[in-house]
Amino acid sequence: MTVAALSQPNFFQAKKGIASWLFTLDHKRIGLLYLYSIGFFFIVAAGLGVLMRLELLNPGRDLIDAQTYNQVFTLHGVIMIFLFIIPSIPAVFGNFALPLLLGTDDVAFPKLNLISWWLYVIGALFALFTLFYGDGPADTGWTFYAPYSVRTGTNVSMTVMAAFVLGFSSILTGLNFIVTIHRLKTPGMGFNQMPLFAWSLYATAWIQLLATPIIGITLLMIVAERVLGIGLFDPSIGGDPILYQHLFWIYSHPAVYIMALPAMGIVSEVIPTFAQRTIFGYKAIAYSSMAIAFVGYFVWGHHMFTSGMSGPAGFIFSILTFFVAIPTAVKVFNWVATLYKGSISIEVPLLFALAFIFNFSIGGLTGLVLGALATDVHVHDTHFVVAHFHYVMFGGAGFAFFGALHYWFPKIWGKMYNKAMANLAFILLFIGFNLTYFPMLIVGIMGMPRRYYDYLPEFHEMNMLSTFGSWIMITGLIIMIINLVVSKQRGAKVSGNPWNGITLDWQTSSPPPLHNFDKMPVLPEGGPYNYPDAISTHEEKEKKDDE
Amino acid sequence: MNASNFVEGVDFTMYLILGISVFFLVGITAVMIYFLFRYRKKNNPVATNITHNNKLEVIWTVVPTILVVIMFYYGWAEYKPMLRAPKGAMEIEAIGQMWKWTFVYPDGKMSDSLVVPLDKPVKLNLVSKDVLHALYIPAFRVKQDVTPGVNNMMWFTAQKLGTYDLFCAEYCGQLHSYMLSTVTVLESSDYNTWLVTQPDLSDEHPGLTILKKNACLSCHSRDGTRLVGPSFKGLLGRNEVVIRDGNETELMVDRDYIIESIKIPNAAIVKGYLQGLMISYETTVSDEEIDQIINYLESLK
Repeated sequence: MTVAALSQPNFFQAKKGIASWLFTLDHKRIGLLYLYSIGFFFIVAAGLGVLMRLELLNPGRDLIDAQTYNQVFTLHGVIMIFLFIIPSIPAVFGNFALPLLLGTDDVAFPKLNLISWWLYVIGALFALFTLFYGDGPADTGWTFYAPYSVRTGTNVSMTVMAAFVLGFSSILTGLNFIVTIHRLKTPGMGFNQMPLFAWSLYATAWIQLLATPIIGITLLMIVAERVLGIGLFDPSIGGDPILYQHLFWIYSHPAVYIMALPAMGIVSEVIPTFAQRTIFGYKAIAYSSMAIAFVGYFVWGHHMFTSGMSGPAGFIFSILTFFVAIPTAVKVFNWVATLYKGSISIEVPLLFALAFIFNFSIGGLTGLVLGALATDVHVHDTHFVVAHFHYVMFGGAGFAFFGALHYWFPKIWGKMYNKAMANLAFILLFIGFNLTYFPMLIVGIMGMPRRYYDYLPEFHEMNMLSTFGSWIMITGLIIMIINLVVSKQRGAKVSGNPWNGITLDWQTSSPPPLHNFDKMPVLPEGGPYNYPDAISTHEEKEKKDDE
Repeated sequence: MNASNFVEGVDFTMYLILGISVFFLVGITAVMIYFLFRYRKKNNPVATNITHNNKLEVIWTVVPTILVVIMFYYGWAEYKPMLRAPKGAMEIEAIGQMWKWTFVYPDGKMSDSLVVPLDKPVKLNLVSKDVLHALYIPAFRVKQDVTPGVNNMMWFTAQKLGTYDLFCAEYCGQLHSYMLSTVTVLESSDYNTWLVTQPDLSDEHPGLTILKKNACLSCHSRDGTRLVGPSFKGLLGRNEVVIRDGNETELMVDRDYIIESIKIPNAAIVKGYLQGLMISYETTVSDEEIDQIINYLESLK
């Protein structure tokens, strides 16, 4: 370590005191503020999920009554979607890593960035507030379908306002990243020299910016209907419930890609680093993110195949849905091909990335069953759908989030976690996850509808298996969290580049100094993942010819 | 024989998609694990930077494209017949309300569970009295949303005798998971007999018949059990704290309060129960019927 590097305090040491965190303009600190707040809500909502599984262990009442169960699954969904998955990877790792990956000192608008976090906190407080007055949290499901959401006496308006405020947080983060990517790349870095995580954040940011306002206005319409009695969605006062479903999914389907694309970006960073070779098909991965973001706008109708949709509309939404599958499949093939002729170190972040590929493939392939009209009619609104989106969101985005956490952990804190414990946590999470959700695919095909507090005896075995799985999964989660928290304090110190990564985030010390780079980072020659120690295909051929 | 005319097509599409899916999942996973060990640092100390391979990338774009078009085609082809019921199908009205199904047959007979004849196309006209529901018969592979203000329909031909589950698949509030019923498929002759047999209601209080018909008993018990709304047992003459215009007031339940609660249910909700769950029955229950209901409630001491 050079003397110059020692003299620069890292971003933890640069300023002290609680105010230096709550009002920080440093993207790395804001990323960590998000990590702690998002982590808190993830633990709360995971606890609610375990509670739901406990209730479903046996038919009939186990623990809580039907009304409480309905409020629990609504709160679980609202927190997981709006307070965890949507902000998770962009707000935590986008904030922390994007400026580092681009070789710059911060995002374009640091103050706006801080406002985004504060809006997140305000939205979160709104959601929590619903617990403590009136008839308690909403019992509508996170979809707030009208006219039930207009009529129920629970605190729907406040829950909806929480989602509205959180939407602004998301929009401002997206805006910040778009400008950062256009304006602040280090000299010499064009779009095609950008790391793929930056590409995926770029595609995501456009969806955040363009689609989120639609959910904002739709949620306000619900409040207007509830408070002022304006007939927008409730047919008994002249509204149209189908209109609500369209407006809701015009945002909420693209929002699925807000959740999935950044996760794909993480996988695209992790695999080349641990294979020590360039990514296969850089352009295909980068541009397919944009293709997914674009086509993703036009498939919302596949959530409504049984709503009485016309034949031609069903035809178009179904075929467009299948077209989204193609760029996704291409990405999966590219990731697997990147392992070919690599020099692979099997580390925890790589395991999470590969688990992502496995889980996300199940999520995507079961999506084909839902995209096809005839089969969707059968499994729509059953546990098959619940399993499908948990495979995509949790097995996919959630596992990528954990992978990112283990990948950048040494960069953030300058320490290494206990790898044996991390491996154990990973194995329990992976097994527990699949044991929780795979039986739901089966029970869904058998015909068990979703959002059921009670169920017929024929669904008992699968529900029991699923609940057992949730216990294994939560054990893995607890071990993972304890391991990371303890390692943050007591882990062994590491160098600036423990994984021998090539992207610019690994060219600074760990933890990085306040302004990220003591000296200008050097772009790798021949592309962002062009590992100098790896040989090119050309050289390989020559070597073979010599032999 | 399959339970309905749609089973074969839906199941074929399902097996086709799941078959292709399992093939790809196993293939991807196997290749991934093989590479992981074959190219470990120990086995392959120097990596090779392979940036792309046009031939391979074209193949793995074109092959999935062809496969998804095939899957789409079968999905569409097997779905299309569901959109239009054949001419001459027998029409039954299926009414969903929180939290009960009611089926009304051509001659006016009503039942809580669906009964249909074997091998005859049946068209269900779907009516919701309140919020969204969805009528789902897993064994028949049919499902359709029941939306207030929208005239949806579904149809099927039952091909096998028996009794099958019928669920509400669209979340509709507190007792959503209890909004279930059955479909019974009978031989044509048995069906016709069933259709003309009216249940013997002569012993039943006419007020109780009206309560049953309007699904009142889904939420209000007759034995004092707490359900979604206050129990009917000993209701008349009971003192209750109600919330009217946001203020708590105590009242004794009398004729006027019962009438108000049927016509404008959310005007004064008994404290401890949820607002907004009951719809107005002003247009569905006549004043004479209300008299009969009150007469019946008086007997529930």
